[in-house]
Amino acid sequence: MDKLLEVKDLVVKFALRTGTLTALNGINFSLLPGERMGLVGESGAGKSVAGFSIINLISKPGFIAGGEVIFEGEDISKYNFEQMRSIRGNKISMIFQDPMMTLNPVLTIGTQMTETLLAHKQMSKEEATEIAIECLKKVYIPSPETRLKQYPHEFSGGMRQRIVIAISLLTTPKLIIADEPTTALDVTIQAEIMDLLLELCIKEKMGLILITHDLGVVSQTTQKIAVMYAGRIVEKGKTLDIITNPKHPYTQGLIKALPQTHKKGEKLYQIPGIMPNLNQIPSGCPFHPRCTFKKDICSQIEPSLKSVDKGEVACHLYA
Amino acid sequence: MQKEQILEVQNVVKHFDISGGILDQLRFNKGKIYLEKKTVKALNGVSLTINKGETFSVVGESGCGKSTLGRTILGLYPPNKGQIFFKGNRIDNLSPKKMLPFRTKMQMIFQDPYASLNPRKTVRTTLEEPIRFHQPSLSKKEIKEKVEEIMAQVGVDPGWADRYPHEFSGGQRQRISIARALMVDPEFIVADEPISALDVSIQAQILNLLMEAQEKRNLSYLFITHDLSVVEHISSRVAVMYLGRICEMGPTENLFDSPRHPYTQALLSAIPKLGETGLKHIKLKGEVPTPIHLPSGCVFHLRCPHANERCKKEIPELITLDNQTQVACHGVEEKRI
Ligand SMILES: Nc1ncnc2c1ncn2[C@@H]1O[C@H](COP(=O)(O)OP(=O)(O)OP(=O)(O)O)[C@@H](O)[C@H]1O
Ligand SMILES: Nc1ncnc2c1ncn2[C@@H]1O[C@H](COP(=O)(O)OP(=O)(O)OP(=O)(O)O)[C@@H](O)[C@H]1O
Ligand code: SF4
Ligand SMILES: [Mg+2]
Ligand SMILES: [Mg+2]
Repeated sequence: MDKLLEVKDLVVKFALRTGTLTALNGINFSLLPGERMGLVGESGAGKSVAGFSIINLISKPGFIAGGEVIFEGEDISKYNFEQMRSIRGNKISMIFQDPMMTLNPVLTIGTQMTETLLAHKQMSKEEATEIAIECLKKVYIPSPETRLKQYPHEFSGGMRQRIVIAISLLTTPKLIIADEPTTALDVTIQAEIMDLLLELCIKEKMGLILITHDLGVVSQTTQKIAVMYAGRIVEKGKTLDIITNPKHPYTQGLIKALPQTHKKGEKLYQIPGIMPNLNQIPSGCPFHPRCTFKKDICSQIEPSLKSVDKGEVACHLYA
Repeated sequence: MQKEQILEVQNVVKHFDISGGILDQLRFNKGKIYLEKKTVKALNGVSLTINKGETFSVVGESGCGKSTLGRTILGLYPPNKGQIFFKGNRIDNLSPKKMLPFRTKMQMIFQDPYASLNPRKTVRTTLEEPIRFHQPSLSKKEIKEKVEEIMAQVGVDPGWADRYPHEFSGGQRQRISIARALMVDPEFIVADEPISALDVSIQAQILNLLMEAQEKRNLSYLFITHDLSVVEHISSRVAVMYLGRICEMGPTENLFDSPRHPYTQALLSAIPKLGETGLKHIKLKGEVPTPIHLPSGCVFHLRCPHANERCKKEIPELITLDNQTQVACHGVEEKRI
């Protein structure tokens, strides 16, 4: 099958007064049509930067400093603003943690939905309204005809996120990038939204990049995982393999630190130390100061991703 | 053997008046002018007891009244009804002066350590303040020693005492706010989402620290969190709240192994499980109603898959089941669930 998306050696930098900081240090991954991938790692690992850079939403002082983003066979990282507009919110949609990043508080959701459609497709206003109603039905918003006339503040947090998903469905995208879409929501509503996203991805054959730090959520919704640390992908593989048999010491630590993998009341495993600032990345393997398995070579040479079993790991233990 | 109680909450009601000034309350209907009061019914008759040395967790959806419960217990909000006892002493009706000795015994830790620490004060000043206030007889040297001792206990280098909060990471800041709570040797701590803002690996450090402090000092916690796997790991008992009422309460194992209330069942089924694929949670219809207009009867009946006529009219009281769990549900009482 042809790949839907291929990210090749993508480098993103931020030009700061204090110097240039490398937020993505050449990451690689690809997605088949309809495939769902989780992007996990701790705060500051570069997950959001990775998601944003796919649709070239990195704003100053950030910039794409190298690499390619091949979407349906074309390198969209070199697209200009106009060309990018035909992709963004059309073939690739993005869902953020805060639905108000997408919704305009002073417009009814009906206006917002029809405007999105009319911007991308040739159709009448009536046709656009029809599609808007269809999409609200898909995300189970009751009485969509009346709801179209309401403003974002008239909906609960969970409903707003469902409306954002409805908006992202309008143009039948091929790929959805969801950045912590349920982090701000309650457990029961989180389950509902993830359920909905999963159902829609399967039904409409959409690809999904799910950015989150919640390994439980990733485990239930994706087929593969990329683990990020300090602007790099340090492990890739099938979801179940990574959760049940993590290879990289950092991935192992993330899973070992969860209460679920401990007996009740037992002292929890702690990964020593904290994630480095991106302007102070240690030499060699960026994880080596925190790693309990480190060898001499680890502080000297940075390991690259290598195939191990069915996945890929960047760690000298598997050389 | 009877366990030693540290805290008892009896039938506490807390409503917030949000009607605003007289002008905001004016309403006009059928030729008459009248005033309309608007209240948020945050707690609607909550009773519970917490034993010495235990971790009692409170879970439930956003806005169900968890933080209000914690704050009301600590005397930050006066309850509209009900009574609160600390080691047998009634504390909900005390003057600020009479409350003073209890203030040191009961402390609070918040979700956002950055907002709860004063950015213009060094760690030392922040830690010294409560002890200067509550134990004015201590000498400068004694205070300094105490600060260093507690900092070391929570794993922050005492050499960093003269730094400001922004110079610390999120996890370290949470350690400092735990240190501040421990300075006055409390017996009871309300921890309101203390780890929600932290990364997985840092969460483990803070949870370990809280468990360690509990063991050393025989502390009791009221632990508020939305992370159910954390609740299962650290707590001896759990209360599940919905719209300001407790719908189920009991020993953690029993509640997690065999949840009885339909809301608890839905809540627990929604926990994403590691290594499981697909989602198999119980779907609830509708949205959480606002605590301004409470549903009649059982507060959960609008979303409950088992609701009947009785549920719409009659408020279910907590009944105790064989396994020590308490449940407020007509369906369970009638043995249809
Ligand atoms: N606008 C910006 N200016 C400067 N640096 C930035 C900017 N945006 C991101 N960065 C840098 O990129 C790093 C990665 O940020 P990113 O938001 O991708 O992290 P993340 O993995 O999504 O974390 P989180 O889980 O907290 O959302 C940050 O630590 C920061 O150093
Ligand atoms: N000081 C206040 N004045 C008015 N209303 C309040 C006040 N504090 C809380 N409320 C209301 O009381 C209800 C319960 O709030 P509370 O903060 O206790 O919920 P919670 O369970 O802690 O929610 P969360 O999980 O979001 O922290 C909410 O509807 C809230 O808006
Ligand atoms: S009392 Fe009735 S409505 Fe409430 S939870 Fe039980 S069955 Fe459902
Ligand atoms: Mg992010
Ligand atoms: Mg709260």
